[in-house]
Amino acid sequence: MAEFPLHLIPILPFIGAAIALLIGRRLGKNVITLLCCGSVAAAFIVSVKGFLVLHHDLPPTGALVGRFFEAPWIKAGDLNISAGLAMDHLSAILCLVVTGIGFLIHVYSTAYMEHDENYTRFFAFLNLFTGSMLILVLGDSLPVTFVGWEGVGLCSYLLIGFWLDKDANALAGRKAFVVNRIGDFGFLLAMFLIYSRTGTLKYTELAGHIDQLSAHIWFGLPVAYFVGLLVLVGATGKSAQIPLYIWLPDAMAGPTPVSALIHAATMVTAGVYVVARLHFVFEAAPVTLAVVAVVGAITALFAATIGIAQRDMKKVLAYSTVSQLGFMFVGVGTYLNNTHTANYQAGIFHLVTHAFFKACLFLGAGSVMHGLNGEGDIMRMGGLRKWMPHTRWTFLIACLAIAGIFPLSGFWSKDAILGGVWHASWLTSGPPTNFLEKMAFAKDGDQFVIHLGHFLYPVLLLAAGCTAFYMFRLYWLAFGGEYRGPAVSSAALAHAVGDAHDTHAAHGHDDHGHDHAPAHESPPAITVVLWILAIGAIVIGFLGIPEVVRPGFDYFGEWLSPVLPPLVADESASEFWMFAAIALAVSGIGIGLAWVLYGHGPAVAVRNFVARAPRLYRLVFNKYYVDEIYDFLVVRPVRFTAFLLWKAFDAFFIDLILVNGVGFLVSGFGKLSKYLQNGDLQRYIVALIVGGAVIVGVGTHYDVWAGAKFETAVAGRDVRVVAHGAGTTAKRLQYRVDWEGDGKFGATQPSPNFKHTYDKPGSHKIAVEAIDPRWGTVSRESRTVKVQ
Amino acid sequence: MIPIHWFLELAAVLFVVGSLGVILRRNALIMLMGIELQLNAANLTLVAFSRAYHDAHAQAFAFIVIAVAAAEAAVGLAILVGIFRNRRSVNVDELTIMKH
Repeated sequence: MAEFPLHLIPILPFIGAAIALLIGRRLGKNVITLLCCGSVAAAFIVSVKGFLVLHHDLPPTGALVGRFFEAPWIKAGDLNISAGLAMDHLSAILCLVVTGIGFLIHVYSTAYMEHDENYTRFFAFLNLFTGSMLILVLGDSLPVTFVGWEGVGLCSYLLIGFWLDKDANALAGRKAFVVNRIGDFGFLLAMFLIYSRTGTLKYTELAGHIDQLSAHIWFGLPVAYFVGLLVLVGATGKSAQIPLYIWLPDAMAGPTPVSALIHAATMVTAGVYVVARLHFVFEAAPVTLAVVAVVGAITALFAATIGIAQRDMKKVLAYSTVSQLGFMFVGVGTYLNNTHTANYQAGIFHLVTHAFFKACLFLGAGSVMHGLNGEGDIMRMGGLRKWMPHTRWTFLIACLAIAGIFPLSGFWSKDAILGGVWHASWLTSGPPTNFLEKMAFAKDGDQFVIHLGHFLYPVLLLAAGCTAFYMFRLYWLAFGGEYRGPAVSSAALAHAVGDAHDTHAAHGHDDHGHDHAPAHESPPAITVVLWILAIGAIVIGFLGIPEVVRPGFDYFGEWLSPVLPPLVADESASEFWMFAAIALAVSGIGIGLAWVLYGHGPAVAVRNFVARAPRLYRLVFNKYYVDEIYDFLVVRPVRFTAFLLWKAFDAFFIDLILVNGVGFLVSGFGKLSKYLQNGDLQRYIVALIVGGAVIVGVGTHYDVWAGAKFETAVAGRDVRVVAHGAGTTAKRLQYRVDWEGDGKFGATQPSPNFKHTYDKPGSHKIAVEAIDPRWGTVSRESRTVKVQ
Repeated sequence: MIPIHWFLELAAVLFVVGSLGVILRRNALIMLMGIELQLNAANLTLVAFSRAYHDAHAQAFAFIVIAVAAAEAAVGLAILVGIFRNRRSVNVDELTIMKH
């Protein structure tokens, strides 16, 4: 079999992006549309082809491999990383989702962004994102995945702040970027740790070296735990989980197709994907999987409750996404200790189904806003079913799917997660230490098993109920009841069209009619995409019907089994239906409550409740003030530190002392030395002559100046004197000595050695004179010696 | 034979006179003449030693100095003429444009 052109999948969108970015402005809108949609469609076709190859003609390695180029990508010492790609069963599915949904959203965007002046830029970024996401998914080693990981982060930033003339959008983009960096840091550290312990970063090789991660113990825990937790930090950043979820709701500042593609269907699932990809690491450290599940469950419920009180359509969907990602985390974090497997399949399954219905919801919301000239406040909508039938029906289908209504896709995937988590059990070592653990732990043979699943299950169930409630609150507020927005007269509309032409050109809205309807249905490019996604949201779930319900129909699980082992819980069909019934009942209650309260517009009961518990309402409406808490705990201290560093270190030390100090020194020295270099030639000559004279003088007199220095050696009454002077050149000097310090010098001699014997003991002052006969200069040294 | 120190003392006097001329006078022409004096003082020293030590090398060196002095005088005078044409003065105190 010829090598499969795997590298084409990410490269095709990149080519589209490159052309669009470089020469896009000259090509015209139609060419751009064709180019960008076409390249993603081509990537989709290649992905399908790869999928089919995997299906029919599975290579012995279990994956298709490819690489961007043959030469090593990073080579340093023992480190040798190739720019390799691999498509196994897991990445094949992700590839299909990314390219498939990506293509649909590209098509949708052609209508949604039609009037945007930066149409080309938008599609270029969208293509860039698709390519990056495909690298992330197809990377055969952590660094390659990381390239995609950072690439999608960048595109997310670029697209959140797409309408960069508004500060709020740019700030939202920056927030997303910064928060994601925190997660990326965890990812990087995990990568370093893995490499330092195993010496490889390739997934296939890593799986074989996993015992090295378990063997090393740090602080009483295998290194695998730290790796797992660090990967989790990265995943919480990218997949918007507690505590790093805060960027996702703000990311809704971007155009709606971006929210649908990046912030709902694909990029935010990268965290789930990476956890599944590194499943062997997590299996070596099962308690980290418990952490994954707990983080997921708390996020699921937390975000779902926030979603209840939001008024902005996209904000509701954003919190819904956070919540659903929490479900996926619970899925991949659900661990069964006796079979040593986790419920990855359910997590990935939910990822796929969620991609369909959440994309459909977001695009539906986009369609609504498109039809309402950018109105996003659900309190000002209502009754839209009359004017937007396609949007309404697809939105309803997606709502039913996300609420988990039988037999739509959400039902199957959410049930797989809920059913799994009930059976979950995570190994723990050592006896419980506090009462909470004693409650949660049950003795099972010699090992303690956390029955955390029994706690997580109701949490998730509650989150599912909230999901059903807020989704149908959203649905009825938007499409049910009567229109509550501002009345639209044809004059006002005409005025709006003429007046706000620029603004809605910039926001991608479209006005067709001058009729009296406050809203209008979107063009076919939008509605057709909505219907495709809605049908997907209905049928995609049938690929994952559990074995116990209908043997042989779990295509999805069967497909993933070579990569991700299935969770083997001994669940019977009756148990499955019991869980399903409970989940359905909870969803039904949620929907029913939503109908009672919002079926015909906001009911009086809602207003009464808000009036009676204003604090609770405000708490939830303001998202539990998490942003404010982070602002207080993180942003302000960092800003304050930065301020201090700026003032004390940068402004004072660097700028004043170092930079200005050097300048001051130089200029000061210059000010002084300018008197030397005054341009007066004759002064220079004076300096030259004086300097020359000094040098000659010192050079010729140095000998004799230093020549009289002497040493004495006393032995009894004998005293020896050696005048060592200035070394070898002292040869031509003459010496004489005064032994008593009385001014009577002995004979002058060329040798510096003298000897004298004193008659009587006591102190004697010795003076030595060195004479240079050439100039007649003399130097004198004296010293006192004691003799016995 | 005249002792060497006579020559050396004469040379020293010539050199000091030349130096003072260079240092004290503001007329560039006189400064050039001072330089000539200094050079000739050096020449005298060279020739004197040459004779005292019976070594002709120093005399050869004196010729080189004479040649260099001639060249220096030619170039220096040419510059002076050029300056005088432009500025109507060869007073070195006024020739300060390089300073600014």
